[in-house]
Amino acid sequence: MTEPAVAKNALELRDLSVAYRVAGRNRAVLRNLSLTIGQGEAYGLVGESGCGKSTVALTVVRYLPRNGSISGGAISLDGQDVMKLDAEALRRARAESVSMVYQDPGKALNPSIRIGRQLTEIFELGGITGQAATDRAIAMLNRVRISDPPSVMQRYPHQLSGGMQQRVAIAMALANDPSMLILDEPTTGLDATVEAEVLDLIAQLRRELSASILFISHNLAVVSNMCDRVGVLYAGMLVEEGPTEVVFNDPRHPYTVALLRCLPRGGQRKDQGRLDTIPGFLPGIGAVIKGCAFADRCALADDRCRTELPPLYELSDERGTRLSRCFHHDKAQSLPRATPADVAPAPKPASAPVLRVAGLNKTYASHGYPLRAVKDVSLDLRPGETLGLVGESGSGKTTFARLLLGLVPPDAGGTIELEGKALAPKLENRDDDQVKAMQIVFQNPDSALNRSHSIRHLIGRALKRLAGLRGAALEARLNDLVRSVRLTDRHLAVKPRQLSGGLKQRVAIARAFAGDPRIVVCDEPTSALDVSVQAAILNLLADLQSKEDVSYIFISHDLGVVRYLSDKIAVLYLGRIMELGPLEDVFSGPHHPYTEALLSAVPKLDQTETARIRLDGEIPSATNPPSGCVFHTRCPRKIGSICEQQEPPLAEAQPGHSIRCHIPYAELARLQKTAVAEPA
Amino acid sequence: MSAVQTTSQDDTRKRGPLAEVFFSLLRSRTFLVGLAIVLFWVACALFGERFAPYDPLADDIINALAPPSREHWFGTDQIGRDVFSRVIVGSRDILTVAPLATLLATVAGTALGLLTGYFRGIVDDVVSRILEAFMAIPVVIVALLAIVALGTSKTTVIIVIGLSFAPIIARTVRSAVLAERELDYVAAAQLRHESALHTMFVEILPNVIPPILVETTVRLGYAIFAVATLSFMGFGIQPPSPDWGLSISSNYGMIGGGFWWTVLFDALAIASLVIGVNLAADGVHGAFND
Ligand SMILES: Nc1ncnc2c1ncn2[C@@H]1O[C@H](COP(=O)(O)OP(=O)(O)OP(=O)(O)O)[C@@H](O)[C@H]1O
Ligand code: SF4
Ligand code: SF4
Ligand SMILES: [Mg+2]
Repeated sequence: MTEPAVAKNALELRDLSVAYRVAGRNRAVLRNLSLTIGQGEAYGLVGESGCGKSTVALTVVRYLPRNGSISGGAISLDGQDVMKLDAEALRRARAESVSMVYQDPGKALNPSIRIGRQLTEIFELGGITGQAATDRAIAMLNRVRISDPPSVMQRYPHQLSGGMQQRVAIAMALANDPSMLILDEPTTGLDATVEAEVLDLIAQLRRELSASILFISHNLAVVSNMCDRVGVLYAGMLVEEGPTEVVFNDPRHPYTVALLRCLPRGGQRKDQGRLDTIPGFLPGIGAVIKGCAFADRCALADDRCRTELPPLYELSDERGTRLSRCFHHDKAQSLPRATPADVAPAPKPASAPVLRVAGLNKTYASHGYPLRAVKDVSLDLRPGETLGLVGESGSGKTTFARLLLGLVPPDAGGTIELEGKALAPKLENRDDDQVKAMQIVFQNPDSALNRSHSIRHLIGRALKRLAGLRGAALEARLNDLVRSVRLTDRHLAVKPRQLSGGLKQRVAIARAFAGDPRIVVCDEPTSALDVSVQAAILNLLADLQSKEDVSYIFISHDLGVVRYLSDKIAVLYLGRIMELGPLEDVFSGPHHPYTEALLSAVPKLDQTETARIRLDGEIPSATNPPSGCVFHTRCPRKIGSICEQQEPPLAEAQPGHSIRCHIPYAELARLQKTAVAEPA
Repeated sequence: MSAVQTTSQDDTRKRGPLAEVFFSLLRSRTFLVGLAIVLFWVACALFGERFAPYDPLADDIINALAPPSREHWFGTDQIGRDVFSRVIVGSRDILTVAPLATLLATVAGTALGLLTGYFRGIVDDVVSRILEAFMAIPVVIVALLAIVALGTSKTTVIIVIGLSFAPIIARTVRSAVLAERELDYVAAAQLRHESALHTMFVEILPNVIPPILVETTVRLGYAIFAVATLSFMGFGIQPPSPDWGLSISSNYGMIGGGFWWTVLFDALAIASLVIGVNLAADGVHGAFND
C-alpha cells in the first residue's frame, strides 16, 4: 500500500467460465465469474457444497481435472495472464508465486517420505541445498509454531496429528514465500481447538507476510473471522460480495440471508424456535439457468426473476462497495422464513431417568500399554432430554457412545441401566427390547447405509427387526415413518448413493426411530452436511424429540449445534468427564478451564467476544496421561504443583453442575468474569 | 415452466455402479476380444459336431498320421481320426470342468473369506493358517491324493482344482470383507440383532461382489490351464474324449517322428482359450478399477 506504483491486483478473474465434461457433454460449473483480490487482501469464498468453490481454486493455477476446461474469460495473477503461460512459466508460477493448501493435509504430504525430506526438497528445487536447506526447513517449521522441529523432521506424516499435518502442509505452502495463498477448506477436518489454532496461525502469518489469501470455506463463521472481503458463490455465479462484516451483518441477497438464518445463533435453543432452512437444491452442474439461479428456492421470486438474469447491482455506502445479484436486493432481508419458527411445548423432564451410567470404564490395549479411552464415567439422562457430549477428538466421545450401545464391551465393574434394568455389557446378551430401545445415527451416512440396498429395504428391515412388523402393518408404518422424516415415496425405490447427504441422513434417522427407541445416540450427525441441510436435520431431531419423548446423546464438535439441541452437557477430556451440568450453567459459566478454552476457540459470526483462550500443544496420549489433573499440561489457569500431583475429583459445585478442578467454584467465577471483561 | 432446471443429483450419478461397469466393459477392446475368443470355443463345445467335417471318434487306420491336406485340414492322428474335428469338439470337456471347478472355488472361497473376515480373531487365525498350509501343497500332490481317494474322473478334477483355488479366492474375499466390516452398516445390523449369517450374506456379500468377479475370471484362466495339464498327465478326463490335453498327451511321442500336426493344433487351442479368458479377465479387472 506504500507503493502506489504496484497497484495491480494479486488475482483477477474476469468472466471466467469453466465446464466439466461428463457423459460426453460439457457442463457449466463456473458462469462468468469475476472477482478481484487486492495485494495483501484476504478474500473469502463461501457457498453450499458443489457450488464451485474448489473449482475456482483449481482454475487459478490451472490444475483442473482432465475433464475440466476453461471455456471463457481471463485469469491474471500479479498482472500475469495465466491463460497465456506456457508449461514452463506455469510450473514456475506454481512453484514460486501461488501455493495451495487443501482440506486434507494427506493430499499434500507424501506418506512414505519423512517430513524433513519433503520440506528440503522444495528448497532444493529452488537451488538451496544441504545444510542451508535443512536450516530453512527448520525455520519454516518454527514459523508454523511446531515445537521441536528437528524431531518432527525425522517423522513420517502418519506420526503427526491432523493439526500438525495441516501446519506442515501450510509450512510447505509458505516455503517459497508465495504472493498468493489459496486455502481450500483448510480446517474443515480438524477439531475446534485445533481449527482455532490453525486459523490463528494463518492470521498471524498474514501479518508477517505480504501474501494475499483466497480462503474457501463452507463455514461462515470461520470466513468472517479470517477475511476482509467475502464472496458468496451460488451455482458457479457470484451472488453477493462485499466487506465481510457488512455482508454478514446486513446481507443483501436472499441466499446470503437464508444461509445465515440456518445457523443456530446467539445461543438459540430448540425450545425457542426452529431454525430456518433453504428448501430445494442447488442446480446440478450444467443446468440451464434462464433467470436468477436462486429463483426456485427463493420466496421473493417473481416472474421477472424467473426469466431475466439479475445483474450484479453495485450498492455503495460508507461501509464500502458491495455487489448483489438480486432484483430485490433492497428487501432481501424481508425474505419470509421457509420453516415456521413455532415449536411444540417442551416436554417436562420430571420423571425418573431412562439411562443411568455408573463407573463406566474402557481400556484398550495399545502396543502392549493400556489405553484408558473412557475413565470412570457416571451420568444419567431423563426422558425427552438431550445430553450433549463435547470434547476434542480422542477424548472418548465415540467410545462412550459405543459402550452404551454394546458395540464394544466396557471393562468389568461399571453399570449401564436402562429404565431401571441393568444392561448386559455385550449387545448379543441384551434382549430385543433393550436393543431396540437404544439406537444410533452415525456421522457418515455413506458408511452407515448399506449401499447395496434400497431405501425401502433399509427402513423396512429395521421395522421388521425392531418393531416386529410384517405385511400391511409394516407398509403402513413405513409410510408414516418416511413422512415423519420428510422423505417421499419417490425416495423409497432408490439406492443411497442416489440421494444427497441430507436425504441420506434422514434415512438413517428414520431407521434409528423404527423401533420407537427411548434413546438415540447422534454421533456428529450433521458434520458432513451443509448449513442449510444441517438446519433441516436439527429441526427434524428436535421435532421428533418433542413428539416421541425420546432422549438424545448428541455428539458434536460444533458447540453452536450442541447448544441448540442439548439440555445437559458433558465435557470429556482424555476419557474423563471434566464438567457435567445443565446447558445454561455449562455455557454461561463459571465453567471448567477446559470448557472455557473450548468455548473461546469457536469462531463466531459476530466478533463481539474478545477474550480468546488458546490451548497450546496437542492433546496428550491416552496411553500415558499426565499425572494429577490430566489437563494440567495445557491448562491456562493451572494453579501450581497441586495440579500436577493430585487428580481433582468431579465435585458438585452447584446442584446438578459438577466440575473437575482444584480451583474452587467461586474463584473460577471471579477469574472468568474478569477474563471476559478485559479487552484482548 | 420453471426457469431453473433443478436436479437433486449430478447427472453422472444416475447410472448404477454395475451398469457403469457394464458400459465400460463394452468400451474395452481387451474384454471384447477375449470374450469373442471364449464365445467361439463355447460355440464349438455346444454345436461342434454340426460343423465338424468328420466324426471326431471315428478311426480310419488306413489314413493314420496323414499330414494336413484338403480332406483333413489339420491331418489325422495315430488311428486316423480327423484332428480338425477333434480340436473343434475337444473344447467340450475342458469348458465343463474348468468353469465348474472355478465355481466350486468361488463358492467355497467366498464362504471361507466371509467367515474369516467377519469373525476375525480366533476363527480367522485358525482358518487362515489352515488355508495357508493348504496353499503350500502343490496341486499335483493334491491331485494324486484325490485320485487315490476318489478314483480318476471329471468330478475328481473339479474337486481338486476347486479346492486348490478356494484358498486364493478366500484370501481376496477376506481382505474385502475386513474393509467392509469396519463400515457402520455392519454395526447397524448388529443393533438390529441380525444373525451373523444374515450380516455376512445379505449385508456384506453384495458389496464384495466386484472383487469376487474379478478374482473368478482370473481363476478361470488358471483353471483351464490346470485342467489341460491334469488331463495331459492322465488325470481326470479319460479317452476316448477328444480333449485337447488328453490328445497332446497321447500324441506327443509322435513329434519326434515329424507328425507335429497331431499336437500343435491342440496346443494352440489351449493357448487361445487361456489367452481369451485372460483378456476378458483383464477387461473385467479394468472395468471395476477405473
Ligand atoms: N472432475 C469433475 N468432473 C465432473 N464434475 C465435477 C468434477 N469436479 C467437480 N465436479 C462437480 O462440479 C461442481 C462444483 O464442484 P466443486 O468441487 O468446485 O464444488 P465446491 O463448492 O468446492 O464443493 P464442496 O464444498 O463440496 O467442496 C459439483 O457439482 C461437482 O460435483
Ligand atoms: S432475483 Fe429474485 S429470485 Fe433471485 S434472489 Fe432476488 S428475489 Fe430471489
Ligand atoms: S485442576 Fe489445575 S490444571 Fe486441572 S483444570 Fe483445574 S486449574 Fe487447570
Ligand atoms: Mg470443495
